[in-house]
Amino acid sequence: MPHRTPRPVLGSPFHLLVLLCSFALCAYAGMRLLDGDPFLIALWFVGAALVHDLVLLPLYAVADRALVKGAGRRRSWVTYVRVPAALSGLLLLVWFPLISGRVSERYEGVAGQSAAGYPARWLIVTAVLFGGSAVVFAVRVRWGRAVGAGEG
Amino acid sequence: MARSLLPAPDARGPFSPGFWRSPLRGTWFTSVLGVVLLAGVTVLFVTGLLSYAAYNPDLSPVNDKTPDKGILGFYLFSWPTDPPWLYRLTQGVHVTLGLALVPVLLAKLWSVVPRLFTLPPARSLTHALERISLLLLVGGALFEFVTGILNVQLDYVFPGSFYPLHFYGAWVFFGAFLAHAVLKAPVAFRNLRRMREGGEERADGQADELAAPRPDPPTVSRRGALGLVGGGSLLLLATSAGRSFDGPLRQTAVLTPHGGPEPGGGPNGFQINKTAAYAGIRADETGEEAWRLAVTGRSGTVRLSRADLLGLPLHSAALPIACVEGWSTSDQWWRGVRLRDLAALVGHDGPVDVFVESLQRRGAFRHAALRANQVGDPRSLLALSVNGEELTPDHGHPARIIVPAAPGVLNTKWVARLTFGAL
Repeated sequence: MPHRTPRPVLGSPFHLLVLLCSFALCAYAGMRLLDGDPFLIALWFVGAALVHDLVLLPLYAVADRALVKGAGRRRSWVTYVRVPAALSGLLLLVWFPLISGRVSERYEGVAGQSAAGYPARWLIVTAVLFGGSAVVFAVRVRWGRAVGAGEG
Repeated sequence: MARSLLPAPDARGPFSPGFWRSPLRGTWFTSVLGVVLLAGVTVLFVTGLLSYAAYNPDLSPVNDKTPDKGILGFYLFSWPTDPPWLYRLTQGVHVTLGLALVPVLLAKLWSVVPRLFTLPPARSLTHALERISLLLLVGGALFEFVTGILNVQLDYVFPGSFYPLHFYGAWVFFGAFLAHAVLKAPVAFRNLRRMREGGEERADGQADELAAPRPDPPTVSRRGALGLVGGGSLLLLATSAGRSFDGPLRQTAVLTPHGGPEPGGGPNGFQINKTAAYAGIRADETGEEAWRLAVTGRSGTVRLSRADLLGLPLHSAALPIACVEGWSTSDQWWRGVRLRDLAALVGHDGPVDVFVESLQRRGAFRHAALRANQVGDPRSLLALSVNGEELTPDHGHPARIIVPAAPGVLNTKWVARLTFGAL
């Protein structure tokens, strides 16, 4: 690296100082975080970012793009599918262990109550979300046909 | 993240700015989400630190799951017993707010994802370090949210014990979060102020570096997209917050662990953290004949049957149970012997710590230590009954600890031995 142009190579000294202070704290805590199975813990840490950025995000982006393409000229209708699908998907993402039943046995043993109701309750919430969206859609189409055309 | 080997001049795919087509991305959208996270993550961090302090980790090694914390425990203090709902509040906020911030975090990450693919991967040393810091920020945020969300569902797939992973992970994340806040929060606030004053985005005439250069026609406005994010937060809040209360409110927490219906009816029908069966408690060791409470102190050891305990002065206290997993019960009406009376029985008339041992065979907290201020509180009981009825096995029969404002696991069930004195 050439020594003549220190600024672009180094960047802002203030930024550098802030980052070095931050790294000191991260390293201090990170050494303790990795005390255990360092490879697996680091894999979880970095893997969380990679799985999100390179798997989860592209997946829902592609699904949304397919939805918009599939709607064709009725782009304004997309919202009525997108909103309930996104909310239902969010609940599934957060409560996947309970909804999928993978922790049912432990939950019943530990907490003394059944976990059998979670998948059904998620389906009911999903049905309510889509049903509510359909009602709003029907009302808007019926009472204000201009609304659909007006929204971009 | 900064892993592109060739700084290709003719960028293609996600490395090309034109690849990103959503008209929603832009400084306003990112700034709004960033400011919400700045406030929200700060509350999560502070309530998380409070939760660690609530365990009184510096009192005894049995209370401390992160003994090599070093200076990260600089702030620790004696956890108070007032107000009695303190831990119920701080931990309920920690978990419920964390859940409600999931859609905000996801939207924030979505709004800046094109930055992951910028070329060249590093313009300067500082830029390279900033990108490493962003890996710690994004990885740390997701690591904290994922371990927390898995833990409240008892899904222990993460690589190790929850306490050190979530505690040290939080400090790594917070280190990166601080740098990001110092470097980016002034920009976010300036953007928001400028846009509020100007009414229009990009009032300064500069190109919006987060916006797509060739956006697709919009199917929803930026405000509409923010509404969806807020709606997701509200939905998670509405389906979670109820598990901090008994009765009909808990029924509203339809998708949350310890939400929905109560495990049973009657006076002992409230939420159970660990059942007697799970803890390995056998009926033959808790019966009237077999069970004796050993109380040790300055003047020696006394052994008390349940009948002996019932013969001591009994007192009542209305106290909640609040779990680190974020759920809590409303006040239950406990009745039993004051801990300080038991201390006096073995020669401790002044403030004194106590080491509590349970019959349970598994669980990280079958031993626990309580501080003198907790022992001395007149509401701190060795409870024998609850809501007017004898304790059931799942709630700690023959006797359990109940201390105001203490985390649930320090309210030891199936108590076998109390050792008063310096720990």
